[in-house]
Amino acid sequence: MASPTLPFLEPIENLRAQIRELEHASAGSKPSAALVKTRRVLASTIDSVFSSLTPYQRCQVARHPDRPYTLDYVKALFSEFTELHGDRRFADDPAVIAGFAVFDGDPVAVVGHQKGRDTTAKLYRNFGMPRPEGYRKALRVMELAGRYRRPVISFIDTPGAYPGIDAEERGQAEAIAFNLMEMARLPVPIIVVVTGEGGSGGALGLGVGDRILMLEHAVYSVISPEGCAAILWKDQARAEDAARALRLTAKDLKELGVTDEILPEPGGGAHMDPQAMAKTVEAAVRRNLKQLRRVRPDTLVVRRYKKYREMGMVTVR
Amino acid sequence: MTAQTEGVPKGLWIKCDACREILYHREVSANLDVCPRCGYHFRIGAARRLDLLFDNQRYKKFFGRIQSADPLNFVDSSPYRDRLKTYNRKYSGSDGVVVAQGEIEKQGAVVAAMEFGFMGGSMGSAVGEKITRAIERCLDRKLPLIVVSASGGARMQEGILSLMQMAKIAAGLARMRDRRIAYISVLTDPTTGGVTASYAMLGDVNIAEPGALIGFAGPRVIEQTIRQKLPEGFQRSEFLLEHGMLDLVVPRQELKATVARCLKFFR
Repeated sequence: MASPTLPFLEPIENLRAQIRELEHASAGSKPSAALVKTRRVLASTIDSVFSSLTPYQRCQVARHPDRPYTLDYVKALFSEFTELHGDRRFADDPAVIAGFAVFDGDPVAVVGHQKGRDTTAKLYRNFGMPRPEGYRKALRVMELAGRYRRPVISFIDTPGAYPGIDAEERGQAEAIAFNLMEMARLPVPIIVVVTGEGGSGGALGLGVGDRILMLEHAVYSVISPEGCAAILWKDQARAEDAARALRLTAKDLKELGVTDEILPEPGGGAHMDPQAMAKTVEAAVRRNLKQLRRVRPDTLVVRRYKKYREMGMVTVR
Repeated sequence: MTAQTEGVPKGLWIKCDACREILYHREVSANLDVCPRCGYHFRIGAARRLDLLFDNQRYKKFFGRIQSADPLNFVDSSPYRDRLKTYNRKYSGSDGVVVAQGEIEKQGAVVAAMEFGFMGGSMGSAVGEKITRAIERCLDRKLPLIVVSASGGARMQEGILSLMQMAKIAAGLARMRDRRIAYISVLTDPTTGGVTASYAMLGDVNIAEPGALIGFAGPRVIEQTIRQKLPEGFQRSEFLLEHGMLDLVVPRQELKATVARCLKFFR
């Protein structure tokens, strides 16, 4: 919890620290009156801060350094996770994880972006920004899932695909494009969970599916608010305006027909109670998987096509 | 997205962007908007592109009435709605792409030529819808599809819906593969962002014009990320060919004949 606090979350963090102290003081005995009162203040503070979050603040919650990452959900939702590595072409990309796991007793494939928690891990995971190898590794595992009729659960949490020389040289665009096409015709259920940042094409490269679930404070956008502000407002400091204009919150995406379901977060965000969050995700995955397992593979692919076919809004003059 | 305009500017004399040579306008135009001195390929619009590809410059256009709406009520320095109006007036409704059917060396084909002048050829719902309809037309009539890309990427003003056009078109292309309907991608200057990361890289054959900027991230974004200057020729057609991302780099004069030869293979 040594991470720098976002200004608008400071009152919450301060109260949490107070509560920890009070809990420590009254350990083993009945909660003190002060503790009970502070807990009540915390609840109402969370309510007031989170009921008026601006879209840009929501982006910051989605990027919160304590937010649960893909491997945290993997640990909570699945058993027997067997991580697989490498794209069989060039390298293993630690910004993407992929592998086999067991959900409710049945084998499934899991893929997702992975961010690092501390500085070393952040660098190792390249801040969750995949190179082409990451997309190709994930696809390799998804194709195995397709062949052995195992559903795919994909966790989305990335600032974007890595914009570097090596990534371009090895075909970042082709890697993402190819995933979009192959995921569109994978003959098994694909459930996508946007847990944090849905960073444009870098997110979509693992994000085509039958059900798109989004955590309440997750965001998903064609471009980061900072990037959009720099281009359209010529001023990166206008990110607040850009975030509002882009309509990138879970609620926005639901209204725009891109997200199927919003998964409510614990008070104050997923990082306040990762276990409760994982339970919610687990229940949603279970429910959706149960429905999708009943659908024949070819019907699944036809419905997936129709789902994306309908996205967008045009006028016919 | 670059602010450069496409095509050879009007006027009797023009200066080549690459070799700085002063050229006679009609000479460049007769040379398919390629500099006769250094071979630099000027950007050209969708109409000119269709004229160059189809036999006798004859083709039937489709879906010209489809235009982007303003799903987000997007406003930056000016409302997106107003921008659309201006561009629609200037390009008579060819929002980002023009789809047409005709013959290429006597072989029927559908061509979707992107209009870079229309908001940097950016891909919003209209581009997504028109290319998807082009794909569906090809599936229905068993016709090959050629998409000529020229785009800065997804259109920010339509937010997430622009991004989803990548998935929508890629899903259509998956159907084409399954049904063995050919798709040729022609990449021209510039092809970047979400367009490259979807249909532009998914051709059964990927052909580029010489010297075109092609990439996922824009050069400026990469420079800012890695904090160093990019090597000469980085993200140009020849660089991509060398790295195995393209099948061919073909000068504009040979493009039609090359496309026609490929179509023969797929017939």
